[in-house]
Amino acid sequence: MAGERNAMPERTVALFVTCLVDMFRPSVGFATVKLLEDAGCRVEVPPVQTCCGQPAWNSGDRENAKAIARQVIAAFEGYAHVVVPSGSCAATIARDYERMFEADDPWAARARALGARTHEITAFLTDVLGVTEVGQKAPVSVTYHDSCSGLRSLGIREQPRRLLASVAGLELREMAENDVCCGFGGTFCVKYPDISNVMAGDKTRNIAATGADMVLAGDLGCLMNMAGKASREGRAFRARHVVEVLAGDLATPPIGEAG
Amino acid sequence: MSLHEATTPAFRANARAALDNANLQAALRGSRGNFITKRARAREDLPEFDALRDRARDIKDHVLAHLDLYLEAYEAQVIASGGHVHWAETAEEARAIVLDLCRMAGAKAVNKGKTMISEECGINDFLAENGIAPVETDLGEYIIQLRGEVPSHIIAPAVHVTVPEIEAAFRKAHTHLDPDRDLSDLAALQAEARGVLREKYFQAEVGITGANMLIAETGHSVIVTNEGNGDLTQSLPRMHIVMASLEKIVPTLEDAATILRILGRSATGQEMSVYTTFSRGPRRPGDPDGPEEYHVVLLDNGRSNMLATPFQDMLRCIRCGACMNHCPVYQAVGGHAYGWVYPGPMGAVLTPSLIGVEQGGQLPNASSFCGRCEEVCPVRIPLPGMMRSWREREFEKRLTPAAMRRGLGLWAFAARRPRLYRIAARLGAGLLSRLGSKTGRIASLPFARGWTGERDLPAPQRGGTFMDRWKAARR
Repeated sequence: MAGERNAMPERTVALFVTCLVDMFRPSVGFATVKLLEDAGCRVEVPPVQTCCGQPAWNSGDRENAKAIARQVIAAFEGYAHVVVPSGSCAATIARDYERMFEADDPWAARARALGARTHEITAFLTDVLGVTEVGQKAPVSVTYHDSCSGLRSLGIREQPRRLLASVAGLELREMAENDVCCGFGGTFCVKYPDISNVMAGDKTRNIAATGADMVLAGDLGCLMNMAGKASREGRAFRARHVVEVLAGDLATPPIGEAG
Repeated sequence: MSLHEATTPAFRANARAALDNANLQAALRGSRGNFITKRARAREDLPEFDALRDRARDIKDHVLAHLDLYLEAYEAQVIASGGHVHWAETAEEARAIVLDLCRMAGAKAVNKGKTMISEECGINDFLAENGIAPVETDLGEYIIQLRGEVPSHIIAPAVHVTVPEIEAAFRKAHTHLDPDRDLSDLAALQAEARGVLREKYFQAEVGITGANMLIAETGHSVIVTNEGNGDLTQSLPRMHIVMASLEKIVPTLEDAATILRILGRSATGQEMSVYTTFSRGPRRPGDPDGPEEYHVVLLDNGRSNMLATPFQDMLRCIRCGACMNHCPVYQAVGGHAYGWVYPGPMGAVLTPSLIGVEQGGQLPNASSFCGRCEEVCPVRIPLPGMMRSWREREFEKRLTPAAMRRGLGLWAFAARRPRLYRIAARLGAGLLSRLGSKTGRIASLPFARGWTGERDLPAPQRGGTFMDRWKAARR
């Protein structure tokens, strides 16, 4: 890792931390920063950032979605790369922003340009920076949940697994239906709690069946849903964002646990 | 089920009832995964599968761009082969046309192959009200007809029924058979249904089928079945009525072959269904069998209004059912909860188009946008994107629930003002963090019961928001 760092030219990367990480789990943001800095990046955190606007966009509130998109585009378009510790928020910026604007709106072109430079963290590390190992040790068994937006909008599947494979002592046990929604779905989980609950229960059952110590994923929303369901059910497994393991931060209490 | 009986606005209550229905849950759990595994294997076995999907999409797009032309060509071919085409703008018109035709044929009984268009038009109840007995000949359709139900799936209409429930329905209906007979497994049930239905094939004066495709080049209608019931339904009675919606048109036989290659694989994982039947016009002199009269009822029922709207792509749908087979919401609640003819993701887009977003607006909301439906759709319909378009329509029409609008409005107001947002996030994180300080999670939150009813809310980490901590650490 150290050798690679020296070989890597200094790059400036803007971190879009996401509203959930900002409020609920700042350690995910710091783990992301560490991974980026270890890979030779200089990380900046533009202060004008709140949320990517996905709740408005997915609720049919196009005007507010566009207003938030314009705010993000203006704040981040000066950077060579924007990195996000969430496949879902990254997909909103990378895929949806452009769709929010009419084709002849100048913001559409700016959205497209920003979208092309916006990456989910594990995809950025592997696909853009060519990182193959993270130089960490973690004697744990994990299972990986593929969050829907990252998987289907951005094609993130192998990247986190490749990085996890480089963690010494880590054992990955794939669960059944690892590509099936956990029932979070943004506002879906509170709009249709009955259905969301069934989906979450299916997920925690599949996780528990692997016998893994913890479930990892790349999206805090899904993780909070899975962790919250698991603790209510009294499940033994823990939940962490994948960057925590990749950055070697196992000291921070798992999601939904007191420290 | 007719237009008036849609229970779509009660989706939430329907879903709750479905989740509490142990038999339904057993049936859904029992079938879950079967279709998925079979489709995945069929896809693996055909390297050009995804390329065929692109071609099928392009064929359907081409048809939709020239629909008038192809419909006219199709009609001309049907007429040239001695058949008749009846244009029905609404379900009511289609019903009236079918009833007239049945009366013309002097029908007391009508046999039916599987047709979702007849469900859309509520044909069965309407014929029964008018003294004509409809008999469903597809096994699944027959089962739900005995149970007084409507299909819960577009290709597996009785997927919600358990084997003991089928046995009970058969014992109740087939009172002429030995009450001590063994009906404990599916094979026995199939054999009994076959025997009972076999007699009915020779009694009906009219056979109604649907159509998976209508071919403009030749005037053929195409049905795909696995039981052979469709063939008997359409060839034995003296009149064959095809009920189809107008987007079922494809230009040529070759196009039909392309779509057939993805249809069976997407639906059941079969390379081809057991029967793929092409029919055109009435029996010709010298034909060994076939109907004396051949009629096609072409239904619009709101579809032409979808052209040139964000929902046009929905008209590419070839009714394979892959979207619902892969949908976790459908898997949880089954098809009846959707409250109208078409369930699952395709229903969530099509239903508001056909019965209005005021009636059908719940459905496009009841999705986590996981995107699995779009991933498997053989004609690449962007289903989640279109559900989002419906949500936009609802938002514009102020149909979105008031509490939701207020909450979103407040949140967006702050999200557009980063400094205000910072303060709100700081306060919110601090409060929630204190509430969950003992266990790291919050078990009950009065304003978030949707979340905390069945799961805990992980509490924010102590020490402030990321943005505050970043600022403190770096400046």
